[in-house]
Amino acid sequence: MSGASPRQAFAALLRRDLLLAVRNRNEILQPLLFLLVVVSLFPLGLGPGPTLLGRIAPGVIWIAALLASMLSLDNLFRSDYEDGVLEQLIVSGQPLTVLVLAKMLAHWLTAGVPIIVLCPLLAVWLNLPAFALPTLVKSLLLGTPILTLVGAIGAALTVGLRQGGQLLALLVFPLLVPVLIFATGAVTLVVDGVQDTAHLGLLAALLMLAMTLAPFGCAAALKISVS
Amino acid sequence: MNPVMKFIHKTGSPAFFYRFSGLLVPWLWAAFILLAGWGLYQGLWVVPADYLQGDSFRIIYIHVPSAWMSLLIYFVMAVLGIIGLVWHIRVAEILSICSAPIGAAFTAVALITGSLWGRPTWGTYWVWDARLTSELVLLFLYLGVMGLYAAIDEPRKAHRSAALLAAVGLVNLPIIHYSVDWWNTLHQGSTVSLLGGSKMHPSMLIPLLVMAVAAKFFYGANLLTRARNHLLAQDFRKRWARDALLKGERQP
Repeated sequence: MSGASPRQAFAALLRRDLLLAVRNRNEILQPLLFLLVVVSLFPLGLGPGPTLLGRIAPGVIWIAALLASMLSLDNLFRSDYEDGVLEQLIVSGQPLTVLVLAKMLAHWLTAGVPIIVLCPLLAVWLNLPAFALPTLVKSLLLGTPILTLVGAIGAALTVGLRQGGQLLALLVFPLLVPVLIFATGAVTLVVDGVQDTAHLGLLAALLMLAMTLAPFGCAAALKISVS
Repeated sequence: MNPVMKFIHKTGSPAFFYRFSGLLVPWLWAAFILLAGWGLYQGLWVVPADYLQGDSFRIIYIHVPSAWMSLLIYFVMAVLGIIGLVWHIRVAEILSICSAPIGAAFTAVALITGSLWGRPTWGTYWVWDARLTSELVLLFLYLGVMGLYAAIDEPRKAHRSAALLAAVGLVNLPIIHYSVDWWNTLHQGSTVSLLGGSKMHPSMLIPLLVMAVAAKFFYGANLLTRARNHLLAQDFRKRWARDALLKGERQP
């Protein structure tokens, strides 16, 4: 056992994961391209009427973000599982919750933040009123980390399985219903001219809850999957 | 060792559990058939028709007990799963996973009977109402647990993964319930309450409560029957299972 403190282990793992992500740019880009394609399908399928698109914009953007993050979550532990790194992390003697949190943070930085950066473009495509954009950004800032935190538990449970990707969506989407409701609710309220603080506050509460509990669930799931 | 843990470990041994539950199962089935027979007879023939909804209200004798069971079984499944995870008790793990299909069936029955009742009463088979939606999400949670269990080949790992997922769902269930509640509500409020007095005539209420108890016996009987088969299928190479299968069941 090395003498590294949990903090050093956290930083080292975070740096490694970010470095891997930068070197494998495809893995970051594919979910984002998927996001753009999915969102662009909606005007094509529903017709380009600006009022209709403005109404459904929050829901469409959020659902597309949900689908895109499932794509990238499927890969969160897979390559580490296949080359044996995951086992080494578990037996390293460092608290697994801390290591898992580092992987989650790296995933959010490479999969969640780009969605937030792209969302102004999506909002323009879907004719979302400009004054609702700050709320959309806030809802994504609070909500996408929850997608990563809760989704990571599902990814950890399905890591060794062949059809893991489809199963991951079935396991995780029902758990994310509250996030979808509060996030789109906040944006829709602002579009209708009402305050958004209640919904965003609840979203923040969900984020706190997920941040405190999900690392433990994820660590336990990894131990079951790797054993 | 304290008596509670001793009891848990004793009933947790597969051979003991198999014999013990074998004694219990016929009684549970008998209690279910008697109670459900009386409750259905009362509910479908004796109780007068509702003055507003006519005969269609009689569906509550199936619908309401199923809806209650759908939540109760999820809770039992998750708690048994946690017990199995923490103390490594295999029988608890098996009882937990065997609860999933029963709970999913009750959830599906609640949804189907609800939509059949909704057509004459609300004028539509389906609305995105809060209770309907949270029941649907509950069904997805059950299916997720069953799907995860089915996807993993190694039995022990499958049990533990499914139990963990059920526990995560248990934390999430109240949040889902209240978020959906806030989102949209059309379903009527509760008519039956334990403390505040029910808004239902006793002649209608008593068959409903009897049906609710019958549903619990059905769950118990079905669960133990499933768990016994599951144990035999997993342990058929072990000695106790051979003894039980070859000699017939010896009473303890």
